[in-house]
Amino acid sequence: MGSDFVTLSLTPLLIGIFAAVACALPGNFLLLRKQALIGDAISHVALPGIVVAFLLTGAVTTWPMMLGAAGAAVVAVVMIEGIRRLGRIEPGAAMGVVFTTLFAGGVLLLEQSDTSSVHLDVEHALYGNLESLIWLDGTGWGSLLDPSALAYLPVELPRMAATLLVVAGFIALFWRPLKIATFDEGFARTMGLRTDLLGLALVLMAAIAAVAAFDAVGSIIVIAMFICPPAAARMMTNRLEVQVGWSVLFAALSAVVGYVLAGYGPLWIGLADAVSAAGMIATVSGLILALAALFGPCRARAGAPSGV
Amino acid sequence: MQLSLASQNGQSPRDRVSDSSPLAIRGLTVSYGEKPAVFSVDMTVVPGQMTAIIGPNGAGKSTMLKAALGIVSPVSGRVQVFGRPLDHQRARIAYVPQRASVDWDFPTRVIDVVMMGLYRQLGLLGRIRGTHRQIARDCLDRVGMGDFADRQIGQLSGGQQQRVFLARALAQGADLYLLDEPFAGVDAATEKAIIGVLKGLRAEGKTVVVVHHDLATVTEYFDNVFLINTRKVAEGPVAEAFTPETLQAAYGGRLATAQIDQISRPA
Repeated sequence: MGSDFVTLSLTPLLIGIFAAVACALPGNFLLLRKQALIGDAISHVALPGIVVAFLLTGAVTTWPMMLGAAGAAVVAVVMIEGIRRLGRIEPGAAMGVVFTTLFAGGVLLLEQSDTSSVHLDVEHALYGNLESLIWLDGTGWGSLLDPSALAYLPVELPRMAATLLVVAGFIALFWRPLKIATFDEGFARTMGLRTDLLGLALVLMAAIAAVAAFDAVGSIIVIAMFICPPAAARMMTNRLEVQVGWSVLFAALSAVVGYVLAGYGPLWIGLADAVSAAGMIATVSGLILALAALFGPCRARAGAPSGV
Repeated sequence: MQLSLASQNGQSPRDRVSDSSPLAIRGLTVSYGEKPAVFSVDMTVVPGQMTAIIGPNGAGKSTMLKAALGIVSPVSGRVQVFGRPLDHQRARIAYVPQRASVDWDFPTRVIDVVMMGLYRQLGLLGRIRGTHRQIARDCLDRVGMGDFADRQIGQLSGGQQQRVFLARALAQGADLYLLDEPFAGVDAATEKAIIGVLKGLRAEGKTVVVVHHDLATVTEYFDNVFLINTRKVAEGPVAEAFTPETLQAAYGGRLATAQIDQISRPA
């Protein structure tokens, strides 16, 4: 692997891995809390947030759009909680209602607004632009030591790395309360844990991961990575600590294998064009989940039904 | 009747001694919808004894316990634990929730669940030492589950799960133990193990409060009863408060009179 790899593939690969892992980490807890759809909801509502930010600022600039997406995510979380409490609707349905409505609203806004001149469309929102995040100044492995070349790394790379650090740091720091509150919220509260704030913080972390990943790689990866690697990991082990490790491995594996297959797979079978890396990464994560469901050592639900 | 059916506004003489009570509840009202689940309830738990909270299904037994522990928010009312607000006394309380309230498919081992009881000692990042593991193993031994430490919790029977929950409460090292239906749907061996542990706690001077559903064992297991049917019906020593009259008042037509006589006046 030579200079071409560094220029064309190194940064998209790293961004893909960071995005996948940043989403998979909180996904472990969301899945066990039966809130897995939160990731789906957040990544969908990011679209109207981004469109509104664009309409307000008139330009495709990163920070207003990130803020718009994050704001929309918070609005969505509040709406989901509100609908659940006021309407006595079960959480899954509340999420479904909120994210489809807001996403549809975002599509309408996008159609009505003059975004044709800029790179902002539904396709971009779904698939991102992983393949375009190349490092033109990275002319070889030596560039990793060259400050002037490093200065021109795609901005998504440090941003996604920082996001991953924040999310991983949160989970490492609050590991014990998260585990206790996820398993037995009532018990956690009797020990004085603020399970409401903890749950909100977890969803906020998921929102940060989703919005940052959405910007870099599109919502398909976000949705897949919140669910597929943790769900596959659950079938490999009966210990949460080990499950999180497997989920990180599966997320990274999906990113690498998916990226390579998207770039070279079609050529191997005689097709002319590469396919979407984001789509292929999500597909690979689904395949890993299928394999784990078929062959994983802990795939059977243990013990008596919980009554849930 | 000496211990009258409680009137909702009446101040019982027990109020005066409530300062040091392990659990003193005043005017507790909890509502999930428009209809209150618990209405204006007072309770004063006697230290160093075992108290059963009994009443028909949907009478607010568990809700009252959860409100006393701050798990659900009451509409009104005051809870004091050993004479101070609940939030100052968390370390002195241990809680055993209903077994069915958690998903036992959760990826964790028996020993890890018991270790959760040590969270207040360990904190966010405190290192787990050999002494902590030893406490957890000792607690498992006390409930007869020492051989199951490394099992995944989903592989346990209902009775074993209940004992693991009790071991976790023991690990909390509390002075007041609150248990929600610990005998529901467990095997005879587990029931015997649990009541043995609870009596052991009482012998150590700890206070035990149990939401209980089996009227047949009240006299045998407990020192005091608290009868509730949304409102408090009666409170006091079993011999005084667990009578055909109070049971009739709490359960209404749901228990046949003959049945009540049989239960509260063992032959």
